[in-house]
Amino acid sequence: MPLGLGRLGVAFLAALVAAAVMVPILNLSLPPSSAWHVSTTTVVLFGKYLCYALLALSIDLVWGYCGILSLGHGAFFALGGYAMGMHLMREIGSRGVYGNPVLPDFMVFLNWKELPWYWYGFDQLWFALLMVVLVPGALAFVFGAFAFRSRVTGVYLSIITQAMTFALMLAFFRNDMGLGGNNGLTDFKDVLGIDLQSDATRCGLFALSAVALAGGFLLCRAIVASKLGKVLVAVRDAESRTRFIGYRVEHYKLFVFTVSAMMAGVAGALYVPQVGIINPSEFAPANSIEAVIWVAVGGRGTLVGAAIGALVVNIGKSWFTGALPELWLFALGGLFIFVTLFLPKGLLGLLGSRKVLPAPAVEDELPVETPERRAAE
Amino acid sequence: MLTGPGPIGLASFGTIFRRAAFAIAVLIGCQAAHSTDALADADVIRARVEALATADFAAKEAIVTELAAMGDAAAVPALRAFGDGDLQVRKSDGRVVIAVRDGNAYKALDPMTGEELGSVERSQLEKIRVNNNLRRAVRAAVGSLTLLSKDVSIRRKAAESVFKSRDPSALETLDEAIAAEVDGGVRRVMEQARAAAILQTDRPEADKLAAIQVIAARGDQDAKALLSAVAAASEGEVQKKATAAIALMQQSLMMWEAAQNVWYGLSLGSVLLLAAIGLAITFGVMGVINMAHGEMVMIGAYVTFMVQDVIRTSAPWLFDASLVIALPLAFLVAGAIGVAIERGIIRWLYGRPLETLLATWGLSLVLQQAVRSLFGPSNREVGAPSWMSGAFDLGGLTLTYGRVWIIVFALFTFALLLVVLRRTSFGLQMRAVTQNRRMASSMGIRTTWVDALTFGLGSGVAGVAGVALSQIDNVSPNLGQSYIIDSFMVVVFGGVGNLWGTLVGALTLGVVNKFLEPYAGAVLGKILVLVFIILFIQKRPRGMFALKGRAVES
Repeated sequence: MPLGLGRLGVAFLAALVAAAVMVPILNLSLPPSSAWHVSTTTVVLFGKYLCYALLALSIDLVWGYCGILSLGHGAFFALGGYAMGMHLMREIGSRGVYGNPVLPDFMVFLNWKELPWYWYGFDQLWFALLMVVLVPGALAFVFGAFAFRSRVTGVYLSIITQAMTFALMLAFFRNDMGLGGNNGLTDFKDVLGIDLQSDATRCGLFALSAVALAGGFLLCRAIVASKLGKVLVAVRDAESRTRFIGYRVEHYKLFVFTVSAMMAGVAGALYVPQVGIINPSEFAPANSIEAVIWVAVGGRGTLVGAAIGALVVNIGKSWFTGALPELWLFALGGLFIFVTLFLPKGLLGLLGSRKVLPAPAVEDELPVETPERRAAE
Repeated sequence: MLTGPGPIGLASFGTIFRRAAFAIAVLIGCQAAHSTDALADADVIRARVEALATADFAAKEAIVTELAAMGDAAAVPALRAFGDGDLQVRKSDGRVVIAVRDGNAYKALDPMTGEELGSVERSQLEKIRVNNNLRRAVRAAVGSLTLLSKDVSIRRKAAESVFKSRDPSALETLDEAIAAEVDGGVRRVMEQARAAAILQTDRPEADKLAAIQVIAARGDQDAKALLSAVAAASEGEVQKKATAAIALMQQSLMMWEAAQNVWYGLSLGSVLLLAAIGLAITFGVMGVINMAHGEMVMIGAYVTFMVQDVIRTSAPWLFDASLVIALPLAFLVAGAIGVAIERGIIRWLYGRPLETLLATWGLSLVLQQAVRSLFGPSNREVGAPSWMSGAFDLGGLTLTYGRVWIIVFALFTFALLLVVLRRTSFGLQMRAVTQNRRMASSMGIRTTWVDALTFGLGSGVAGVAGVALSQIDNVSPNLGQSYIIDSFMVVVFGGVGNLWGTLVGALTLGVVNKFLEPYAGAVLGKILVLVFIILFIQKRPRGMFALKGRAVES
């Protein structure tokens, strides 16, 4: 089979394509009275989940295959979202509350006279789309270049990625950033002249999300199935040994980290027009950690599992926050504990699929177990 | 309070009677006797004040002198009002009142007690006339009544007010007061007041130069403002000297400002230290990533809340001791929860730090929600005992007792922990297990117990930190969340596995943060510190004081 997709991968892709085709048809062509009609709220909700799934996929690529536990992927997601949001803001044009053709409402409100330089170009969709991948990619590249070169690994890397997203959150909360401060970017009207609120646009965005997820999956598959992918797994299982064999470990890590951040940025860009708002709370460290648990629930190092985990957890979240809001945190917290203790291979591990993470390789079992060794694993 | 007749005895007259209701009979009699004394004196003063209404100027001057000679500050409000022309006679009943403008009408106040006696039309008042000669006499009388008062705080206040008003007419009284003053601190203020007044007179230059010296020695913002005014209004030698003194003072004010920043920084650093010190054990010594660490702090704060709640309802007299009672309880509760966490979750995850991180994060969500369900999502009120409220001045610094105690407490906790690790057999076992588990086990140490107790110790210390942090932060279910990232930064920055590193790390970050704030603002300052730490970790991945050893990086 091409790329070694496996039965599961093929089924996953088929499901995504089917959803991308069928859901819009069922929403748009059937009357709301029909039993087969898919309501627009459901379309929007699942469109959102598909974006989360793409984010989960990007985390699985670095965590499941390269052993980099990033607690800051929400930052890349949010940056992609902001890039998209900036374009949608410019699209509002003179239809804002203050009717200023150039400046978004919040800038008029803050008495700004000119558009800051970093807003230039965002009136063009192609430029915004470029930024959606370039900005998260550039941040990941710079951050990763520093971190991997100095061999910051394991929990240290996790903690500084968390600090990174926390710092970004604080920064985006400031009005001086020129990105809407506390309220973020919202009140979007349309994209490419098409009304964002119409059912057709929503279905289109859903289909686009499904296609993006499928594309992301194929890209990840291509990476992990290649020779480079094998090296990544080697880095995950025995970093020092891989380095001693002669591979430039940091280059591999940097590559996969940057690609992953770009994917997260795309997920964010698709997310924003569907939910209609992007604000600094998307940078909250808790969001990034929650995304990691989606991957853990589905099964890390499986790609399909990450996407499924994101869908399952978020469907559960929607149900819980509707039915038993005060119990949701108990359920989510319990899920963290339960999955790490009892389901190290995630839901896919339960299915007994062959495509699951091999047991973590134990490297050079030394009799001495020092704090550094434990902490640095 | 009861020994002498005076304003205080009078003012608390009502209080005394209210208290008397609870006191034994003998005490009631005793206090009643004193109260009549005070009343007698007050009656004399009142009679003199009322006599002002009818006396001619010469007689008025005699009365003012007499009141001053009585040495009772109870006459001061009436005298002041007299000097300002506010002492008036109410025509309806011929009563002498202090008239204060209140819209179109006047508010009548009793000249002795300040009690409100209702509103009066302007036409219903007759002013008790006063001339310049009398005004001078009144000022002198008020000065001597306050500057020569028996009460130290009144004297100090009077001297401060002269310093601000720079009234040359107070000079004579000041000289007298300085000669009689026994309290060194008050005398210094009086001398400064005298110097300020001298600068307003046309005394010889030498006197003025000496006065500038005295005021410069005071060295605060008030003194600086005063000297600037002097420099602007004078010329020649005096101006030169004042300008020089201002420049010198500016320097020392800047130094005090820097010192104040260091103090704020140390204060923030001690908070960071408290939050991070437990983590230094669980993460630093054991290598366990405990994302629920902040929740242990939160639990400690809620234990304090509960202790205070019980004390408020059943034993209010214990309130000042509430924190002392809460400390061991918080340690035990958080420590017990810590041991339970170690036994229940963490021991299955040793050697898998990333999984530990996720599981403990989940745990933190559960604990937060549990507290939210039990106590509600809003902030809980935790009061400060009396010995923690208030502030004092040290040179140019203002230090609040609460912050002082938290710094002391943080350092004490740190020292105690150091002693436990270095000097007790448990500490020895702990270090043995973390350094070489198998060898320690072979030597007969129950490693599983040591693990559990170490984790319990770290959690317990976090709980104790919660007691202290409940004094300066909102006690809400989110309390722990706000500290967790900072705590990790401190431990990682200071160097994992090294308590001294944690101390230096916490204080450094605190001070750096506070020095950045004036230039960059609070939020940007914090962002800069985070970026700095991220870059620092690139340079020294193991922190400032990394443990050296033969441990291999995996």
